[in-house]
Amino acid sequence: MMNKNENWERYQKEIADDHYYFARSCIRQNFFPAAEDLFMKILRDVLHKDIFDDPKQTSCTGIAYHSGLIPMETTMSVVARQFALMTEAGYRNFVCSCVTSFGIYTEVLETWKHFPDTEKKARDILYRSCGKRFEIPENLVHTSDIIYKFRLDIEKQFRYYLKNQIDGKPIRVVDHIGCHYAKIFPEKGVGGAEYPYVLAGLTDAWGGEQVDYPERRHCCGFGFRQYLLKSNRGYSITNSKRKFDSMEPYRPDVIIANCPGCTYFLDRWQYVIAEMESKTYGENGYGIPVLTYEELAGLLLGYDPWDMGLQLHQVAVEPILEKIGITFDPDQKYTGTNGESMGSPASPLHIKSV
Amino acid sequence: METLYQKLEQDPRYTEGLKACFNCGTCTAVCPAAAVSDYDPRMIIDLVQQKDEAALEQLLRSDTIWMCGECLSCKTRCPRGNTPCYIIQALRALSIEGGFFTDSGQGRKQLALKRTIGEHLLEYGYCIYIDEISLDMYPEQGPVWQWFLDHRSAILERLGASYKMDRAGALRNIDEVTMNELRQIFEESGAMKRFEKIEAASEEYARKTGSRFGEGKDEYFNRLYHGNEAGKNDE
Repeated sequence: MMNKNENWERYQKEIADDHYYFARSCIRQNFFPAAEDLFMKILRDVLHKDIFDDPKQTSCTGIAYHSGLIPMETTMSVVARQFALMTEAGYRNFVCSCVTSFGIYTEVLETWKHFPDTEKKARDILYRSCGKRFEIPENLVHTSDIIYKFRLDIEKQFRYYLKNQIDGKPIRVVDHIGCHYAKIFPEKGVGGAEYPYVLAGLTDAWGGEQVDYPERRHCCGFGFRQYLLKSNRGYSITNSKRKFDSMEPYRPDVIIANCPGCTYFLDRWQYVIAEMESKTYGENGYGIPVLTYEELAGLLLGYDPWDMGLQLHQVAVEPILEKIGITFDPDQKYTGTNGESMGSPASPLHIKSV
Repeated sequence: METLYQKLEQDPRYTEGLKACFNCGTCTAVCPAAAVSDYDPRMIIDLVQQKDEAALEQLLRSDTIWMCGECLSCKTRCPRGNTPCYIIQALRALSIEGGFFTDSGQGRKQLALKRTIGEHLLEYGYCIYIDEISLDMYPEQGPVWQWFLDHRSAILERLGASYKMDRAGALRNIDEVTMNELRQIFEESGAMKRFEKIEAASEEYARKTGSRFGEGKDEYFNRLYHGNEAGKNDE
C-alpha cells in the first residue's frame, strides 16, 4: 500500500515554466470570446511569460471525434498538424485551452506509445496532406494547470480576495473539473481523477472555502452528440440539474470550471431550469455565477468584468462581484468600445439578470 | 470475407478497451447516460465479449451504441482496466462503415451531426461557429446570445477578438492555405469518405421510407436534429 504522500506524488505533474505554444478552444472562442485573451494577458502582464498564439491552428476536431463522426486517423492527423505548427514555431511546450482537446492530445500521445503503427500512419497522412513533420511536445498541459502552478505568484498582485465582504466569511466555491481533464488518464491531472486539485488549489490559495457535495465529480452532461442534437438534450440538462440539486444545500457563492463545455452548460442550464420550473439556485432569484479559472483570477486582479466578457454569461455575475466587493460600473455592461450603448438583452422571466 | 469481430479487432480502441469484464457493473453505476436513461454499459460489454457475430450485428443496428456521452468516467473506475467508452467508439465507427447505422433512429442522426459539426469544420476550421448558432437551434443560449448575435461585431471588437479578421486571435478567419491542409487531411484520413457514406446511406434510407431528401438543413435534417413534435426520434 502506498502512503498518503506517495499517492499524492503520483498525481503531481510536470508543468513547464515558460515558452508555451497556445492551442485555442472552439467553444471558448464562440461562447466566452474574451477568456483566452485574458489568460494570455495574465501570463504576459502578470507572470511575464512567453506564449505564442498561432493563427495557423485549427480545431483539434475533438467534438466531432467524440460524436462518433470522424475516424480516429483524422483526429490523430489533425493533432499531428498542430504539433508540426508548434515545431515550426520553435516551441516544445504545448498548452491547450480546452479540456476536450487536452483529453484528445493526451489520448493521441498515449495511443501512439502503445500502438506505434498509428503514429506512423498519422505522420504519413500529415506529410502527404501538408508536407509537414513534427516533434512530440516535451510538455503537454491544460491552461488551468498553468494558473494552478503560478497561483501564488498571481495572488501577489491581487486587489481582492475570496472573502465575502458582507459576512466576512470565505467565499464558498464549487469547483467543477471537466471529465477529460483527468478521468481518462488520472496521472495527467493535478490531484488525479478522484481528488483533482487544479481548481481546489486556487480556492485554497486565494482565500475561499471548497464546497464538497455528493455529485462533485459527476459529469456536467455535455455528452457531445447528446447535446449537439437538439432532440437529445434531455441528457445534458438532466445531468447538470443533478449537480445543481446536489450542491444547492451547501449554498455556494460561485462555481468555477476548467472546461469550456462545462462552464457553458453550468451557466445556460441554470437559465433553462429557471424558465422551465421557476427554480433558481442562487440567492434572491439569481443563479449561481459560473466563472472560469482565469475569469476568477482576472476579477481578483481588478480587471474590468465587462472587458473580460462577463456580460456574455447568461447567469448574472453581479452577486459574486458584490460579495467580493469588486468595484464595477453597471452602465458599462452593455456598451461598445467607445462607450456607445448597444441596448441590453431581453430579461428572462424567472431568473434575475441584472 | 472478414467477420465483424475481425474488423473490430483491427481497432486499437477495441483491443485497448476490452480486456476481461467480470460484470461488476461499476461502469453502469458511474455512467451519466445510465443515470438518465436505460443505457447500460455493463450489458454492452458483456454482449461484446460473448463473441457472437449475430448479436454484435444486432447491436450495431441498435440505438444502444449511440446513447453514450463519451465522458469516459467508466475508464477511471473499471477495476479490470476496461474502457467501455472506447469499445463504444469502435462500435460506432463499425456501425457507420458497415452501413448499419441507418437501422436505428439514433444512428440516423449522424447525418445531422455531419451537416453541422462536420461541415463547420470544413467551412470554418472550427467545430462550432458563431454565425451558425441560432436561438432556434440552440434556445438554451438565452436572450444574452440573441443580444450578442445582434451586436456581434461591436461586442467582439470591444473584447479584442479577431472575428472575420486575418490575424491571430479568437474567431479569426482561418486562412485558405490552412483550410486546404485541413481538408486534405480529411481526404487522406478517411473523414471525407465517411461523410460521403453517411450522406449516401441516409439518402438510401430516406428513399426506402418515402421521405424527401435534400441537402443542408432541409426538412429531413430538421426531423433528425429537432426530433418530432413529441421531442422523440425522427420517425
